[in-house]
Amino acid sequence: MKAKKILQKLTPYGFLAPAVLIFALALFYPVFYSIRLSFFNWRLVEVYRKAPEFVGIQNYIKIIQSPAFQTSLKVTAIFITITLATELIVGLGLALLAERKIKGLHLFRTIFLLPIMVAPVVVGVLWRFMFNPNYGLVNYFLGLLGFENVLWLSKPFPALTAVILTDIWQWTPFVFLMLLAGLQNVPEDVLEASIVDGASYVQRLRHVKLPMIKSIIGLTIVLRLIDGLRALVVMYVMTNGGPGRATEVLSLHIYKKAFVSRRLGEASTLAVFLIIILLIVSTLLFQFFNTERRTSA
Amino acid sequence: MTRLNKWLRDFSLPGSEKLRKIDKAQLIRYAMLVLAAGVVLFPIFIMITTSFKTRTQTFSMPPVWIFKPTLKHYQEVLFSGNFLKYLVNSLVVATSTAFFSILIGAFAAYALVRFKFLGKRAVSTVTLLLRMIPPAVLIVPLFVLWLNIGISGSRAGLIFAYIALNLSFTIWILRSFMNEIPVEIEESAVIDGCSELGILFRIVLPLIKPGLAVASIFVFRISWNEFILALVLTNRTTRTLPVAISLRITQVGVHWGEITAMATIVALPAFVFTFLSARSIIRGLTAGAVKG
Repeated sequence: MKAKKILQKLTPYGFLAPAVLIFALALFYPVFYSIRLSFFNWRLVEVYRKAPEFVGIQNYIKIIQSPAFQTSLKVTAIFITITLATELIVGLGLALLAERKIKGLHLFRTIFLLPIMVAPVVVGVLWRFMFNPNYGLVNYFLGLLGFENVLWLSKPFPALTAVILTDIWQWTPFVFLMLLAGLQNVPEDVLEASIVDGASYVQRLRHVKLPMIKSIIGLTIVLRLIDGLRALVVMYVMTNGGPGRATEVLSLHIYKKAFVSRRLGEASTLAVFLIIILLIVSTLLFQFFNTERRTSA
Repeated sequence: MTRLNKWLRDFSLPGSEKLRKIDKAQLIRYAMLVLAAGVVLFPIFIMITTSFKTRTQTFSMPPVWIFKPTLKHYQEVLFSGNFLKYLVNSLVVATSTAFFSILIGAFAAYALVRFKFLGKRAVSTVTLLLRMIPPAVLIVPLFVLWLNIGISGSRAGLIFAYIALNLSFTIWILRSFMNEIPVEIEESAVIDGCSELGILFRIVLPLIKPGLAVASIFVFRISWNEFILALVLTNRTTRTLPVAISLRITQVGVHWGEITAMATIVALPAFVFTFLSARSIIRGLTAGAVKG
């Protein structure tokens, strides 16, 4: 009887064991290993021949002072701020348009799902083609409107703009779908009550709808931020971080440091910075939206 | 605007001013949504048509809108080079990842839903946190680690990494579906003498088939689309399609016909999934929004 009870107690751990094992080997240990390696000097060519050489916090000093790192931070910040703001505004606008019972809504939702489902590599390919200076469609349409040809991907500012526009194209639909799901969940009777009370559309939006979907907006922002810090594929395909480092976000900088400059130690230091940024940003956001929720409840 | 008003006056039903007003608002809403849908679809349309154009048609300005489609690029892509091999790699990696993630994820989700145990809260929190790890953080350690245990450059190594990346999402979504099963059903199975494993496989999993479908689509899609880990962890024989495309594009003189043909093939499963099960995908995507 006692043995059976112990066995019962152990059952849940048995069910969890495979997942824990995989997490430990492929996520926990690698993150730990990265942190450790960030204090070592190790080049890609030495992987087979030589053990990493301990250098203390030298990598950190080097990275903090490196212009490439500072640029990548700046690019990442600009990229995330502009994409996030635009995606939220446009996504919310579209969600408000589609929110009321509309015929064919399902078709619209299906179409808006496509950019989310398609591989980032494909997105990079198709926008690299669209932004081609000579036969790309973007310049063609700009030409019809009387603008001159823009060398989109070979000049710093246009290249960053192109990468940002691509991200907006790909991810506004996600914000739209999230906020639409939230809006459709606002209870009918609350809205009706506000209509009876004579609230105008703008008043209802400000005082009823937006407060009710606040936590969803928060969740959407967090998810987009996390994704924004991950983004690198579209830049890799469209510009490879260039021209110069104009579109080299931190994630792409890590890859290039490790496999182009072949410095594994310094790349790990960069990875540690990325983890720290991620932790700070997400803690702040979670705290912000949690307190908001508590005060509104 | 006046023309729109006139049009509405002429065509809307005779009757109240109010009805006309509603129609106008509705029409504007439609127009905006159609415009947005157009912006979404247009580049995809251009990619697909380019894959059927000859070189001269692709480079002609103004663009050729009507043309006789050529299958040349698809023939080129499919029957020369290693494309088919990479296609098989992609298929093997994505399906194995989906299968194992769901199997292992179902075990873990079941433990979290059905049992009370020490450390349960910690497990759920950590699972959520793990979803945040950016792949860029993992490329160096996984590259070295896989090299050390001898699975670097193999499909198994890539699959293993992908399972880890997808597992927390799988657990999370399966858990939300399992939570909806009434406990009574499981309890009656216990009385009938079913083992825990039996309950999971014969009762719980069949009841959450829609959840399994959502999870498989998501995991398949993420592994099929994933790029940076595949770039680092595979070699010439084991690479997947996204890596193959990227290596084509960085060469001098991009061959747009073939690239867009490859990209279209890679995008095909996404199109099929989207049109077949948009509803459940949206449910999976917004699960946190509606329930959180």
